[in-house]
Amino acid sequence: MDIYLPIAEVSLDVFVLLGLGAAVGFLSGVFGVGGGFLLTPLLIFIGVPPAVAVASSANQLVGASLSGVLAHWRRGNVDFKMGFALLLGGLAGSVLGVWLFTWLKRQGQIELTISICYVLLLGTLGFLMAIESVRAVLRQRVPGGARRKLHQHNWMHGLPLKTRFRRSKLYISALLPIGLGLGVGVLSAIMGVGGGFLLVPAMIYTLGMPTQVVPGTSLLQIIFVAANVTFLQAYTNRTVDAVLTLVLLVGGVFGAQFGTRFGTKLRGEQLRLLLALMVLAVAAKLAYDLTIRPPSLFVISTEQG
Amino acid sequence: MNRQRSFALALLAFLGVAGGGGSARADGVVADLSSHLIAITTGFTGASVVLFGATEGRGDIVAIVRGPEHEVTVWRKGKVAGIWVNAESVMFSNVPSFYTVATSRPLDEIIAPGPAALYRIGTANLKLQAKSPATPEEATRFGAALIAEHQRDGLFAANPSKIAFLGERLFRATIAFPANVPTGTYIVEIFLVRDRDVVSGQTTPLVVSKVGIDAEVSDFATRQAAAYGAIAVLGALVAGWLASLPFRSV
Repeated sequence: MDIYLPIAEVSLDVFVLLGLGAAVGFLSGVFGVGGGFLLTPLLIFIGVPPAVAVASSANQLVGASLSGVLAHWRRGNVDFKMGFALLLGGLAGSVLGVWLFTWLKRQGQIELTISICYVLLLGTLGFLMAIESVRAVLRQRVPGGARRKLHQHNWMHGLPLKTRFRRSKLYISALLPIGLGLGVGVLSAIMGVGGGFLLVPAMIYTLGMPTQVVPGTSLLQIIFVAANVTFLQAYTNRTVDAVLTLVLLVGGVFGAQFGTRFGTKLRGEQLRLLLALMVLAVAAKLAYDLTIRPPSLFVISTEQG
Repeated sequence: MNRQRSFALALLAFLGVAGGGGSARADGVVADLSSHLIAITTGFTGASVVLFGATEGRGDIVAIVRGPEHEVTVWRKGKVAGIWVNAESVMFSNVPSFYTVATSRPLDEIIAPGPAALYRIGTANLKLQAKSPATPEEATRFGAALIAEHQRDGLFAANPSKIAFLGERLFRATIAFPANVPTGTYIVEIFLVRDRDVVSGQTTPLVVSKVGIDAEVSDFATRQAAAYGAIAVLGALVAGWLASLPFRSV
């Protein structure tokens, strides 16, 4: 059964969209990431115009992250002060990102930029995750492997504006989370991702936050950044398809429920290796598409976008 | 002349009784559409409209369906550092968003190049105007690419569709519109062709419009962009909150 998407101006099978929402929701339930980094490229694969895919994914993230934050908040795993600092940077970053998006769209380079960003980010991330999980699997077989130092001091601790983040048990410069938020905000606008897959490792390895408060805090800031991106994209580029978002969210709700239950039954390292391979596959497909000679050398863009 | 007109009027009255209605009057050819509105609803997968009419005397019929004109930029991809990027572009200012031809016999058999160019019959006669500074050679090359791309996505017909004559005078044709048909006010031109020249013609409008909830969403998103953005965010928040309810007890 086809459904006509009023902003994307294409008809797509409603069950494909529900299935896509469910699959991404399932993954976010299993792995605890937003899933935007898979949703946007998949939407583009099935024929949604890239600009609409990016903006509507951001809209879908608002809902998906809120339900995630509420779950973490009930367990007390959200550092609101840290979230606020990330948010400050995030809001500035998303304004900058939407501005950049509009500019690139006018230059005719937005689709290329979206693809390149995905190839670079997914490629790097998938590679790092694959190495990490292979090591973890190996470490289990060889007991007594090397341990990481508990606390490291480097240039980051020399920055001004030192602030105490109680819930994260950290005393670091507020500029660090603000800068991190800024970068993720820009990416969120250009790629339609919440940036959870970047934020989470950065919060653990760069800021040194305790693992249990990371997902909730990251999701908290993603809600606001994604909401800001949605609003700005709707206002400046008119690319948010509310019908598409709604269908994806409905599928996502069911997917996330199953995903969460399934996730508790699987072993962490194998799970991460699986995710890493999936991310690498998406990156490889996008990279391949960039380098092969396109079936047609000409592309048409109308002014309405 | 007078006799022709009274004949056309009589035919018009006949068609009106037969259920056509609303057709304009012309000497030599009278035609109308089965519907003047293509409604794009949630389940829209394309539509077709029947064009029907009658001629006075012998002759062939050529019909053209033309969507509203708009500006189009054509990009040519080039390989830069191993990847394909949009390199060159030419902007055209008067491109119809949809263009299809229906004819009772192959075009080159029934009409001379002169009148075909004059009435812009056939994609070769669209007279696309390059807006940005482009050499005539570039304009031709990019214009041809634009037509080829639109033929690929179904917005320009690659081959004319068939107009069938029922007896000597009555004709009908089915004009198909794909799922991605652009919205707007279309113009359907019907030409009576005799001795390789256009001897009579008639135009009739056709509106392609989103209706129902889709129309309202898209209309609202354009006119009240800020409110639409706010509602999109709120809607997602409510959906997210509802989604978290089943987990509350866990």
